[in-house]
Amino acid sequence: MIKLVNVEKTYFSKAGNIAALKKTNIEVKEGEIFGIIGLSGAGKSTLIRCINMLEVPTGGQVFVDGQELTAMNEAQLRKARQNIGMIFQHFNLLASRTVFDNIAFPLEIQGLSKDKIAERVGELLDLVQLRDRADYYPSQLSGGQKQRVGIARALASNPKVLLSDEATSALDPQTTKSILQLLRDINKRLNLTIVMITHQMEVVKEICDRVAVIENGVIIEEGTMYKVFTEPQMETTQEFVKTVNDIKIPPIIDTQSMKQSYFPGARLLVNLTFLDSGAGGDEVEKKTGADQPLVSALIKKFGVDVNIISGKVDYLKDTPYGTLLVEIMGDEKGIADSVQYARDAGVKVEVIGYVG
Amino acid sequence: MSANMIDLLLKSLGETCYMVLIAIVLATLIGLPLGVILTVTRKDHIMPNSVVHNVLGAIVNATRSTPFIILMVAIIPFTRMIVGSSIGTTAAIVPLTITAAPFIARVIESSLLEVDRGVIEAAQSMGASPIQIISKVMLPESLHSIVLGITLALIALIGASAMAGALGGGGLGDLAIRYGYQRFQMDVMIATVIVLIVMVQGVQTVGNALSRKLNKNKLS
Repeated sequence: MIKLVNVEKTYFSKAGNIAALKKTNIEVKEGEIFGIIGLSGAGKSTLIRCINMLEVPTGGQVFVDGQELTAMNEAQLRKARQNIGMIFQHFNLLASRTVFDNIAFPLEIQGLSKDKIAERVGELLDLVQLRDRADYYPSQLSGGQKQRVGIARALASNPKVLLSDEATSALDPQTTKSILQLLRDINKRLNLTIVMITHQMEVVKEICDRVAVIENGVIIEEGTMYKVFTEPQMETTQEFVKTVNDIKIPPIIDTQSMKQSYFPGARLLVNLTFLDSGAGGDEVEKKTGADQPLVSALIKKFGVDVNIISGKVDYLKDTPYGTLLVEIMGDEKGIADSVQYARDAGVKVEVIGYVG
Repeated sequence: MSANMIDLLLKSLGETCYMVLIAIVLATLIGLPLGVILTVTRKDHIMPNSVVHNVLGAIVNATRSTPFIILMVAIIPFTRMIVGSSIGTTAAIVPLTITAAPFIARVIESSLLEVDRGVIEAAQSMGASPIQIISKVMLPESLHSIVLGITLALIALIGASAMAGALGGGGLGDLAIRYGYQRFQMDVMIATVIVLIVMVQGVQTVGNALSRKLNKNKLS
């Protein structure tokens, strides 16, 4: 649906040229929710604006729905943009227009008749559940309602692609959830392809199918959300994953005297992640994690004691995964064998350290 | 003050209104497109063109830096060409328009620059053409601010119209000079000043109210 081939964007200035985006290749499939995560200044805003040519790339090709946008003239490009909706962090609604007229705006631009506009706007108001707010002005709405208007406006001309530029970054966590829910809903219902940029890992975790991590204008990691989340390769990616999956060690455990090697009487603190078997599609090898009695197996097989400190079940989009923070107590070999056994069983084991 | 004087005052008031209102309409008709062009041709705006921007900017600045009384004299040949005479109330409309148009252009430019770039970007993302962005986004979004700017220009014109009296333009300024100052009729002077104050207050009040009504940014 979307294909970027060697897309580059360099800003030329007297003070020096800034390469905001270096040769970037991305392919987004139809009906997919594709996330692009990066810190501010990483180039994600530039990247998403290259997709609808709000930023004209200085090199490479952009294809959307089989058409090459980089080969179009202004008029053709305007026509093509009607096929690509966009929503924004700060909503960018017209303050002088009511909710109804804001949603009608893209249809007016296309020169639709008043009757057709009214009909279509009515449908969209129902879709985003704002029919009772049709005559309100944006300044009378909450942030979440404004973004709903933004979404309705972006969908007005039945686009095949929706670009989301930090659409939830200005919203509180609860509103963020409801907006993401709405996006998931329309993604499924309309088979809409969504590309979203964000700096929030929670957002990616909630709705993305695939994700790319961008840093200094380069995509440093890309894959299914499940894979990137559970097996982050690059340091930046690991930092992002940590923001939603940080291991919290309770204060009763003395981490000051933690050592990385065994000493007599030591307990090994490990974090176990149980992945759903077969989750994440074909790219993740089949794992047996959650359906095996791991803890009791360790106790029986290796003569160790296992103390569970904390645990939770979370979701990656629709896929559940569990984490357990445990202490393994026993002799050096027993602990080492336990770790190996857990790994062999397909459980992700993060060794934190030995505590006294 | 005699009934005769009151008649004279009303006649002068009528002349001032005539000059100022026609001048403001004409100046807006000229200043609006100028302001739009000055805005959109900026280098980071929707139709960047530094040549047009700089040339237009220089003309606007040159006109604005000429004192009105000098401008009025300097363009007498031009005024005569247009209205056939350089003396009289109608003739005063020409310099008044020429002095107000660049002022309005700048005022409109600054109003248009207040329009959030994000909103313009959103319109571009929907495939709006530059003309549509100007007519459907920039002007409606800044209308409340433009109204305040034109109010400002109107008040400046009322002041300038008093000077137009110096060239036989008539109006309240002319009345105050000839009767109030040259004939020492203090009551005429005071009456004229009061009428001018009331006029300016009225214009500002109406302008504020209209702008407030158009501004949908702070509704509760």
